Amino acid sequence: MNPNVRTPHQWNSLDAGQVAESSPSILIFVWSVLNQFLEWFGNLGLFAWQVMRAAVRRTFEGRELIRQLDEIGSKSLPLVALAGAAIGAVLSLESRSSLVRFGAKSMLPAALVYSIIHETGPIVTGLVVSGRVGAGIGAELGSMKVTEQIDAIEASGVNPYKFLAFTRIVACILMLPLLTLAADFCGVLFGWVAETLVEPVSFLRFINQGFVGTTFSDFLAPTLRTAVFGLIIGMIGCFQGMRTRGGTAGVGFSATSSVVLSSLFVILADVILVKFILVFFS
Amino acid sequence: MMRSEQEVLPAVEESVNTHAIEISGGKRDGPAVILRDLHKSFGSQIVLDGIDLTVENGETLAVLGRSGTGKSVLLKLIIGLQKPNSGSISIHGQEISTLQLDALNEIRKKMGFLFQQAALYDSLTVEQNVAFPLTRHTNMTEPEQRDRVKELLAEVGMEGNLKKMPSDLSGGMQKRVGLARALALDPGILLLDEPTAGLDPITSGEIDELILKLQAEHAMASIVVTHDLQSAKTIADRLALLHKGKVQIEGSFKQLEESDNAFVAEFLKRDY
Repeated sequence: MNPNVRTPHQWNSLDAGQVAESSPSILIFVWSVLNQFLEWFGNLGLFAWQVMRAAVRRTFEGRELIRQLDEIGSKSLPLVALAGAAIGAVLSLESRSSLVRFGAKSMLPAALVYSIIHETGPIVTGLVVSGRVGAGIGAELGSMKVTEQIDAIEASGVNPYKFLAFTRIVACILMLPLLTLAADFCGVLFGWVAETLVEPVSFLRFINQGFVGTTFSDFLAPTLRTAVFGLIIGMIGCFQGMRTRGGTAGVGFSATSSVVLSSLFVILADVILVKFILVFFS
Repeated sequence: MMRSEQEVLPAVEESVNTHAIEISGGKRDGPAVILRDLHKSFGSQIVLDGIDLTVENGETLAVLGRSGTGKSVLLKLIIGLQKPNSGSISIHGQEISTLQLDALNEIRKKMGFLFQQAALYDSLTVEQNVAFPLTRHTNMTEPEQRDRVKELLAEVGMEGNLKKMPSDLSGGMQKRVGLARALALDPGILLLDEPTAGLDPITSGEIDELILKLQAEHAMASIVVTHDLQSAKTIADRLALLHKGKVQIEGSFKQLEESDNAFVAEFLKRDY
């Protein structure tokens, strides 16, 4: 028998031996990852505490807040509107074929509006803003950190947690619901455009059918949910940016990690908040 | 290191810039900065190991040393950007190492800091950069702020660049604007981190002259961290040489040259 060829039994015994040998290092690796994860959360908690403490101190930083509302809100509007429009058009086209199959074509406007205002609009806005704004905040604050601009702010007797972090986080919290309404509007509008290209229908009729049975609370809870997305995006972007180390490579890492982490936590928060809304608002 | 181990040369007092002291008129009593037995380490790496230094009002102290000896860390400790492991930092008689943030910010307003790369705010114009401390710490109206900014920029030879962005400026120009920003609140203490680093010899000379002029006009206590011995010789009344976390020697440039300390001799020979 060729000594290089192992029988299945030999393979199994080898794997078991390898696992036994490597299990301490796997445990160490798992512990290390868990440790880093807990440390990151701990530092995020401390950062949030610093921001909250800074928030109640004097000097409102109104001018910087307005600048951030413009940066985060107005400048995100075209991208969010485009994403909302695309989702509305695609949902309309995709839903149409399914509804026609079940003889429920007349339900299309209502299904589209319900889907957009309840889930698609908020989550698409959250993810688009976490990509654009999360990366922007992470990279901007990261480069400010490595070029000592944050130290310069602190050295001039200004609290950077207030001037840089608080203003950005508040701007994110305020702008996300407004951007979501814009995405919802564009989604419904381009859903109608897609529908009317296939089978002409007046906009008024589409809207009347779409909003049948829709109440203000249908808008309120999902839209306000995005304020939590704003808190997550602003907080993680600022945290990752202000803890940047290691020059330009560190800035790149901060930008990327801001997007990845804020998108991840937006999705997780969405799952939790949907359940919360279903329990308390339905 | 204990202060007794430190080589303090006897003629230090004579080397103080008397011109600057005349201008300040001895308005403030006592030294501007007193550091006592200051220790700072990062993990297991000891950076400062018992620093004792005193800087009088109107005096300029240059802190020299090899890269990584904690010169910039020393400045950051003085302005409270980092906390010492132990030791005392007194600014105009007030201990700052134990102060709460609000009280520390009040002390910071009395100090100007020029960072190594100027650290101008990227998103703000030159005018907004210089006005930054004024908008936050004074009750000046906008026209008053504009006048003050113009005055400060004229002092550093940067008038006519109000609307430029920092990225449009050369390294030397950024340092000048950084100096104007550091002087905005008319500080009693000026901290300069490598003011001539990365500049050509002519621009370095211009920055040195500018610092001398500003010291004479504003009568500040200054601490200058530098590798540039020529610059230190030009602008400083007194020099302190850091090595292995301790002050190896302090005194005038002439006294350093005359020292028989082997490290001092090697430092001067290699860098000057």
